[in-house]
Formats: sequence, structure tokens, C-alpha cells
Amino acid sequence: MSHITNRQAICDTLMEAANHDRSIVVTCSDSRGSASLAPFAQAYPEQFIELGIAEQNLVSVSAGLASCGKKVFAASPASFLSTRSYEQVKVDVAYSGTNVTLIGISGGISYGALGMTHHSLQDIAAMACLPDMRVYLPSDRFQTACLIQELLKDEKPAYVRVSRSVTEDVYGEAMDFTLNRAGVLAEGKDAVIITCGELVPYGVKAQKELKKQGYEVGLLDMYCLKPIDEDAVRQAARQADVVITVEEHSLFGGLGSMVAQIVAADSQTKVINIALPDGHLISGNNHEIFHHYGLDDEGMVAAIKKARSEG
Amino acid sequence: MERLKEKAYELRRDIIEEIYHSKAGHVGGDLSVIDILTVLYYQVMNINPENIKDENRDRFLLSKGHCVDALYMVLGDKGFFDKQEAIDTFCAFGSPYIGHPNTDVPGIEINSGSLGHGLSLGVGMALAAKMDEKTYRTYVVLGDGEMAEGSNYEAMMSAAHYKLDNLCATIDLNGLQISGPTKDVMCTSDLGAKFRAFGWNVIDVEDGNDCVELLSAYKQAALVKGQPTAVIAHTVKGKGVSFMENQKGWHHGVLKEEQYQMAMKELKEVLQ
Repeated sequence: MSHITNRQAICDTLMEAANHDRSIVVTCSDSRGSASLAPFAQAYPEQFIELGIAEQNLVSVSAGLASCGKKVFAASPASFLSTRSYEQVKVDVAYSGTNVTLIGISGGISYGALGMTHHSLQDIAAMACLPDMRVYLPSDRFQTACLIQELLKDEKPAYVRVSRSVTEDVYGEAMDFTLNRAGVLAEGKDAVIITCGELVPYGVKAQKELKKQGYEVGLLDMYCLKPIDEDAVRQAARQADVVITVEEHSLFGGLGSMVAQIVAADSQTKVINIALPDGHLISGNNHEIFHHYGLDDEGMVAAIKKARSEG
Repeated sequence: MERLKEKAYELRRDIIEEIYHSKAGHVGGDLSVIDILTVLYYQVMNINPENIKDENRDRFLLSKGHCVDALYMVLGDKGFFDKQEAIDTFCAFGSPYIGHPNTDVPGIEINSGSLGHGLSLGVGMALAAKMDEKTYRTYVVLGDGEMAEGSNYEAMMSAAHYKLDNLCATIDLNGLQISGPTKDVMCTSDLGAKFRAFGWNVIDVEDGNDCVELLSAYKQAALVKGQPTAVIAHTVKGKGVSFMENQKGWHHGVLKEEQYQMAMKELKEVLQ
């Protein structure tokens, strides 16, 4: 199993790019360590700006830098970046269309037992409804690196959420990556799982287990939440009897809502959303929490078998 | 210098036209900030329609973006666009001349208007200049009511931390905000002491509607090394129109015809 986290993949990709692109700037809010960006800060001190524990300033300063030609990557815990500085994101990044990529680290329930203050269960919904803001939740280190390489090529705002822990490899070095196109990991007529971020490896396990049990199940890695790959969703939903969305996010306004909206306008296929409940979450590490709420491979298998048995 | 004052009063007449015609805008703050804008745009900053894409141009941010009505008149007067078009279409359906600064209007550096953002944006612009060893300066204008926004203090901290002597904030301290006197709504004074405590150089301008005093402050600010500068400009809300001066009701009041005639007459008399 890989020992490389997605945040480390971001740092590696940015360091490689910064080697020949002096316009790349990384900004942090006392978060260089937790974002795994300390090596960048050390190697490129003149391209690194520390703003201290002040997320509002982090985002607006990043926008100011970007307005002067910098390609800015602002990294801060997703919980704070997507709420404390939300208005700065709305106005100075999205509305002004500045070249700022917001890196929400330790997203979702990554901080586990640290509690609800540190969870970000609203960031997909919050970011996606801002005009011109793109939203990405890459699954593994390879996809993360490809995504950052692509985002370096354009000058538009984006929000990227990554988790704290190591995510099992889904792809390989030579992965086929097209920006804003979902990863079609399997196709199937009995059901399709649509998931994103660090839940994708659970989806891979669930798909394999169901195959053993005789089910033909599709699997979409919808790392691009906005713009979501509508064609991939429609195609998968037309082929399958049931669509199961699984996300490390609130039930409201995330992947499940987006997929249901697309499918409802196109076919009769049933959509079941699995997400985190609307309340205080149980304490534990990420695997324990995923298992408790049915977001892991066992939860996905059970949900699909239940949906199939109910017809 | 008389010419600068004249310009500021000509622009006041333009502002009154714009406000009267559109029945929108924030006339009280426009009239308090217009001398600051005049000195910056006509004497201090190297910003004009020809160099607006030049990386070395100075940067200007109107953090108290609701006074964009005044800024439109300055930019129009300087030839960034047709001033009369801005007067005719301010806040009209489909017009780019909306009630807060936006980049669809030539000369506007970045969108603003939600209070408490401009100083942080200015810190980013000033940091970029330092990184690229460019000599342009960044000027941010804020209101005293706006200084209740906590984000300003994050910006102040970081500007001093990075020794941004290429950043100059001006506080249009007119002492009034929409609900009443700033000292009663939420006392933001002593602003000079606050900036000093955060490590800024502070220049008090006793009469913030006096172009001579303002110009002197900006010249001093440009000489300071290792610190950002805050110009605390003590202004009068509604300055130049007797019945508007120091009246909170004129924060965003709309003029009736007699008031319009009276205001234009008073301003013309100053010019004569």
C-alpha cells in the first residue's frame, strides 16, 4: 500500500512546477505542516507566504497576489477555509475570478475524534453554489497529481478537498486523466456506485465483492463535483437499475443531490444517497466513522443488496 | 494646488448629477472621500487609461466600495470611459456602472464592496510587488465604520509583519455611518493608536478634505521605509453641500429637485 497522501502529492507536484515557474505561490494559515507543504516552504521560501491563523486574510491576500499575476495555492484545513473565509472566497476568488486554487486539507471527517468543529461536511455544497467556482475531490495520489498539473495550466478559481490520511491507490503512474471527466472504473447493469475522494477505494472493494456475489456493478469516480460530468452520470444511470451515491459530506447539496438532479431529468432510475447524517457525528477515526454510517465497502455492498432485493 | 481643489469641486457637481439622475448611490460618503480620490488620482498615483495593463502601474482599491459613485466620476473624468454615460446609467438595468466597484468598468482593479476585504487584497498586491521587485505602490481607501470589520486587523497584522512600505491605507474618517455616529454605533477610535499598535506608520490629516494636507501626507508616506502607512483623514460627510454636512440621513439620501438646485448652486459658488 502507498504511504503517500494526497496532500503530499500536491506538494510534490507544486515543487516540480515551481522549479521552472516563479509565478507559483503557496499561502498557508499556520498550516504548512498539516498541509505537507513544509518542503515547499523550505525549498522555495520566496514563493511561500505565511499568513498565520487568519483564514479570511489568507484568502483575500491570495486573491490580491493572483491579481498581480501569481498562480496561488492557498492551503488551510477545509473546515475553516470553507466556512471562516467563505465570504472572501465568494467575493475575492469566485466573483473576481482570481487565479487561486483553494486547497482544503483534512477534509470531511479527517480529523475524526477532534469533533464537529474540525469537520467539513458542507464544503462541497458551499463551494459548488458559488458562481464560477470549480470543486474537486481527487481520490488517490496519482489523480491528485494529474489534477494539480491541469489546474496549473489555467487561471480560474478552484477548490480542491483532500483528506488527511493515506488513500489506497486506485490508479497508476500512467493513468488516463481528462479534466472534468469522471473516472469510469467499472460498468454494470445491476447498480452503479458514484463516489469521490477517499471513498473511491472503498467503492473499488465493494464493486469487487459484489462481482464475486454475482452482481454487475458499475463504479464512477466523480472527482469533479463541479463541473460534474453529467454525461457519465446519465450514461451510467441509463445502464443500471439503481444508482448509489456515497459521499463524505452532508446529505444536502453534495454529490448525491447533484447526481439525483441529473438523473431525475433524464431517466426513471432510482437514486439512493448515502452521506453523513444531519446531526452530531460519532467520535472515532475515519475508518470507524465511515463504517458506522455505511460509507465503507461493507455499507455500499449492503445498500446495493438491499436496493436490489426491494426491486 | 487651487486647481486640485477646483477639480474636487467639479467632481462634486458630477456626483450630485449622478445621484440626482439615478436616485441611487451614497452621496454623503462620496462627498467626504472625493478630495482623497482627487489627490490620489490627479497627483499621487501613476494610473491612467494608457497604462491600465502596465505591471508597474500603482494599484488602487476602494474598500468602502459603496462610494463607487465618486470613483466613477474620477475615472470618467480621467478618460477611462465616457463620464456622461456613467451619470446616465448609474445603477440602471444592464449597466456596468453598478453600486459597487466591478471589473467590467475600465479602471477598476478588482471587485470590492463587501466591507473589510480591500486591505487584505492590498496586502496581496503589495506582497506581489515585493516578490517581483517592482516599484508600484498600493493605495487602499477604507471607511471608519468599516474598521469594525475584524478582517481589517488580520490585514494590518500581516502588512506590518511583511514590512510593506509600498502599501498605504487611507481612512476616510467622517465619523458617521448608516445608523448614526460611528462612536455610538461601534466605536472604532482611536484608529491611529490601533494602526500604531499593529506596527504601522500613521499620519494624521486634520482636514481630510484639504488637498494640500492630503498631498503632503502621501508624499511623507512614500518616504517611509520598513512600515506600511495609514493616513487618517478626518473628513466631513457630505462636505461641500451645507445641508448634507454631518447629517447621517445623507448616507444614501436621494435629492429632490430643490435640493439638487441648491447643491449645484453652492458647489458652483465655490468654483467661482
